[in-house]
Amino acid sequence: MFRESSIIRWRNYNDRYKLIGYKCDQCGKTYFEKKGLCTCGSLTFDEIEFSGKGKIVTYTKVHSGAEAFQEQAPFCVAIIDLDEGARITAQLTDCDYEDLKIGMEVEAVLRKFYKSGEKGVIHYGTKFTPKF
Amino acid sequence: MAGIIGWGAYIPKYRITAETIAKVNNDSAPAIKSGLGLTEKSVPGKDEDTVTISTNAARNALLRADINRKEIGAVYIGSESHPYAVKPSSSIVAEALDIGNQYMAVDTEFACKAGSATIQINAGLVDSKMINYGLSIGSDTSQAEPGNALEYSAAAGGAAFIIGKNEEAIATLDYTCSFTSDTPDFWRRAMQPYPSHAGRFTGEPAYMKHVIGATELILEKSKMKISDFKYVVFHMPNGKFPLIVAKKFGVTNEQIEPGLIVKKIGNTYSGSSLLGLSCVLDIAKPGDKILMTSYGSGSGSDSFIFTCTKKIADAQKKARTTDDYVNRKKYLEYPEYAKHMATIH
Ligand SMILES: [Zn+2]
Repeated sequence: MFRESSIIRWRNYNDRYKLIGYKCDQCGKTYFEKKGLCTCGSLTFDEIEFSGKGKIVTYTKVHSGAEAFQEQAPFCVAIIDLDEGARITAQLTDCDYEDLKIGMEVEAVLRKFYKSGEKGVIHYGTKFTPKF
Repeated sequence: MAGIIGWGAYIPKYRITAETIAKVNNDSAPAIKSGLGLTEKSVPGKDEDTVTISTNAARNALLRADINRKEIGAVYIGSESHPYAVKPSSSIVAEALDIGNQYMAVDTEFACKAGSATIQINAGLVDSKMINYGLSIGSDTSQAEPGNALEYSAAAGGAAFIIGKNEEAIATLDYTCSFTSDTPDFWRRAMQPYPSHAGRFTGEPAYMKHVIGATELILEKSKMKISDFKYVVFHMPNGKFPLIVAKKFGVTNEQIEPGLIVKKIGNTYSGSSLLGLSCVLDIAKPGDKILMTSYGSGSGSDSFIFTCTKKIADAQKKARTTDDYVNRKKYLEYPEYAKHMATIH
């Protein structure tokens, strides 16, 4: 049985629900994950909220995911360049693998990630769907 | 009084036709389609529920509202399908919308009028100056027992409205009132997965009595006539009931048709009349008057009169329309549909 602390997930709500990222206050480069050091050498970053719009860099189809994701399988995962510059890996939804293309425009939506069993917490987060 | 500052719709991408369901249930599809006045319904994705539908609708409402989201002082979500029995949908949606922590919140339940009731609550809070803005949402992933007549209509979708001061409104709320009584037409007991209903009793003494009652009351209070309205929206449990009420009041096709979204996506329960309102706000012009009456089993109706302001034209362009979602669709066969419904409550 897949189990995980609902509290650990809760600490990540900012990244999961809202696509909060970090922007170098010197050169303006954006990152999805918190960095200590920018490629330009700067050490200071501002928090920014990404628009949720981006393009697919590459993608794949997952037939057999972790147990908690199995009810959604098969599903697609993509590396996405956000319009603001940061690159993230995320699950795609509402799409067929056959219809995906590199460079395809996608946008963020809030979806269910998984449930911690029948009695546990429901985890939500950002997935991406082809722009329509 | 208060008014609507922004509105937004969300409808899942998936559909199932009445034909597909009728084949499995050994029903006559033509009889179902003419009896219920609908041809297909929306179905949630496997990873969608009331929380995700509400969030995506509310994001559209925020795109249309030119406000600081941290000034939203109340979040109320009406639904029959809150994902948790205990733990609010409203706090999850508010967190995803990043409105901070200084807001009142509660999930409401009154069958299909749980969402419209939150517009009244927020209007009261705005008028009493307890809040600057309130978020009202009606959304559902409706449940229906396989094989039951409800299976043809029980759909998924929702609409969100930001309520604020009259002066900033895209549509002012001019009047609202309700008509309520204890009526056992449709219910779902605690821990039961599917609702039960009293068959034909759901018509005359339930839906008709309350929708007509609230509509008569608001016309009387406002001293207005049906012909004063550009658009009229009644709750849509199917494509037939609202037309029966329309006929009684002398509502024309031109007034009722633009909001009659049930024909295209089915009955989205708490989202139903609110998605109808969203459809007409998408196309309304400044000065247009809108009459909306919701219905919730158990039973009650909330009636509203709105007048669109100059601000509506600009707001219409800022987010996807209800029709954009209606027209985005992928049809499912019955086994896929069953899978979609099994993972969602
Ligand atoms: Zn830098």
